[in-house]
Amino acid sequence: MAGRAAGRLLPLLIFAAFAATPLVAAATGDSFIVSLGIRVMIFAIAALALDLLVGYGALVSFGHAAFIGLGAYAVGILSAHGIADALVALPVALAVSGLFALATGIVCLRTKGVYFIMITLAFGQMAFFTASSLAPYGGDDGLTIRARSLVAGFPLFADDRAFFYVVLGFLLATYLACRAVVASRFGRVFRGSRENAVRMATLGFNVYRFQLAAYVIAGVIGGLSGFLLANATEFVSPAYMSWQRSGELLIMIIFGGLGSLDGAIIGTAAFLLLEQWLSGFTEHWKVIFGPLLVLVAVFARGGIVGLAGRLKELIRG
Amino acid sequence: MSTTLLVVQILNGLQLGVLLFLIAAGLTLVFGVMDFINLAHGVQYMLGAYLAVMFYGLTGSFLAGLVLALLAALAFGLLLEFAVFRHLYDRDHLDQVIATFGVILFLNQGVKLVWGAAPLTLPIPELFSGSVRLMDGLLYPVWRLVVIASGLVAGVLLYGLVAHTRVGMLVRAGATDAPMVSALGVDIRRLFMIVFGFGTMLAGFAGIMVAPILSVEPGMGDTILILAFVVIVIGGIGSIRGAFLAALIVGLVDTLGRSFIVDILRLVMAPSPARTVGPALASMLIYLLMALVLYVRPTGLFPAKGR
Repeated sequence: MAGRAAGRLLPLLIFAAFAATPLVAAATGDSFIVSLGIRVMIFAIAALALDLLVGYGALVSFGHAAFIGLGAYAVGILSAHGIADALVALPVALAVSGLFALATGIVCLRTKGVYFIMITLAFGQMAFFTASSLAPYGGDDGLTIRARSLVAGFPLFADDRAFFYVVLGFLLATYLACRAVVASRFGRVFRGSRENAVRMATLGFNVYRFQLAAYVIAGVIGGLSGFLLANATEFVSPAYMSWQRSGELLIMIIFGGLGSLDGAIIGTAAFLLLEQWLSGFTEHWKVIFGPLLVLVAVFARGGIVGLAGRLKELIRG
Repeated sequence: MSTTLLVVQILNGLQLGVLLFLIAAGLTLVFGVMDFINLAHGVQYMLGAYLAVMFYGLTGSFLAGLVLALLAALAFGLLLEFAVFRHLYDRDHLDQVIATFGVILFLNQGVKLVWGAAPLTLPIPELFSGSVRLMDGLLYPVWRLVVIASGLVAGVLLYGLVAHTRVGMLVRAGATDAPMVSALGVDIRRLFMIVFGFGTMLAGFAGIMVAPILSVEPGMGDTILILAFVVIVIGGIGSIRGAFLAALIVGLVDTLGRSFIVDILRLVMAPSPARTVGPALASMLIYLLMALVLYVRPTGLFPAKGR
């Protein structure tokens, strides 16, 4: 029962910490914390979606950044044509990334294991190069967005603190939605396909369809993250969809601990904050960060969350 | 689209192809035999180039630099195997990904610390400097021909080694079913070390050979790593033959695509959109190729495992 209470306590702690961030920023007068917090939460949304695929379905997608990019470009391109309202941009961002997930998922899910990793990379790269060729929208250099999206005509996102809580609301909604998906009948079948796809198929489930649905869900959430990212930075560029970015997202969720939605958020925060903190010491921070990742992989099976779990058992004896 | 240009670009494509093969060969064996995803294979290529520059600076001779850099690359690869990779063979693929990604970060930054961020160059050995006339109006640098030839020779040697020696037989058996090889009494750890060391050396060799053509800089291994993965996936993981064929295909498609796609597109569309779409399509071409191959053959052209 203790484990169950902890299962509720940890997310409460995480979201309380996020909610308190702007207050800390106001107290210390350091407004940078707010924009850093926004960045962490936006990537946490994308990481939750990726963890849904990788952690619960063993579908290692190496092209997840494409969905972030699609969501971001939806905002950028609409804004370039004078359509700056979130009520239009958000549904478009979600629909575009969902459709891309559906179209590519149909092809990708024919393959398994490493071949799946590489074919998702292939589609990610195609999206990347397509974005770089969009000469009217900045091409390689990217596209500056004139202002953050309006909401029904009101500049709700304009203030950093207000936007922080908007993003927090989206993160909470995504987290709860992912938990609901994992716990549902759909989620049980999907998780079953990770353990033994043949067995699920003989039980009469069309595993392919379940995986495709999960892939589309993850794509839509990735699009949401991109919509928010474009608003946060007021800029979109092909770099948002580079394979390095997809790789970083994977590292974030493995770092936090796969197959635990809390782990996805913790891993993202740990990755981005460590990056920020270490780069404050020395420009050669990667010399420290690299070996740290090696240590996590060798010793901390199950990432930060797994490590914490084993420490707890050790203390209890 | 003149004939000379076509010949030059075919040679350039072959050069990229053999380079990719040298890197992909080690990658596909390590992956196929040891079931180990080694993202750090690209930085070992980079390290080969840096070591060659360093040893050339110390000895003043390209040949001595080549030999010493090869040995140092091998030693460093085995050190990495001993210190890090060995502990991850029987672990989840994703643990291997995060660990080898950490090694990439460390080494990319490490070479910056040691040699600085500015690109370095290695002069072409005097014996092979200059160009040779292949046909009327076609001069081609000798060194590039040397790179192509050495890659092809390495390919033939590797084929002989894998197809006609006892170790090669064990490697092929390992790619098909490693636990069974181990159960038959072969010291699988030693086999792993041999395969790994050999792969590292090939990647280092590739780095040394292209160092005089490309600039030697941090991160030069990252892009080539992704291309090498494309090659081994198209070829079928664990298959040397597949890697060789796929490397040449990828090298030629990429190089020829980049040079001629705008001209080809102009046959069917107006010049200005062709100039915009062309370069993007050219960059995408090998990924389109990979997606197509995997759609038709979900485990590559020559899968080693009889799954």
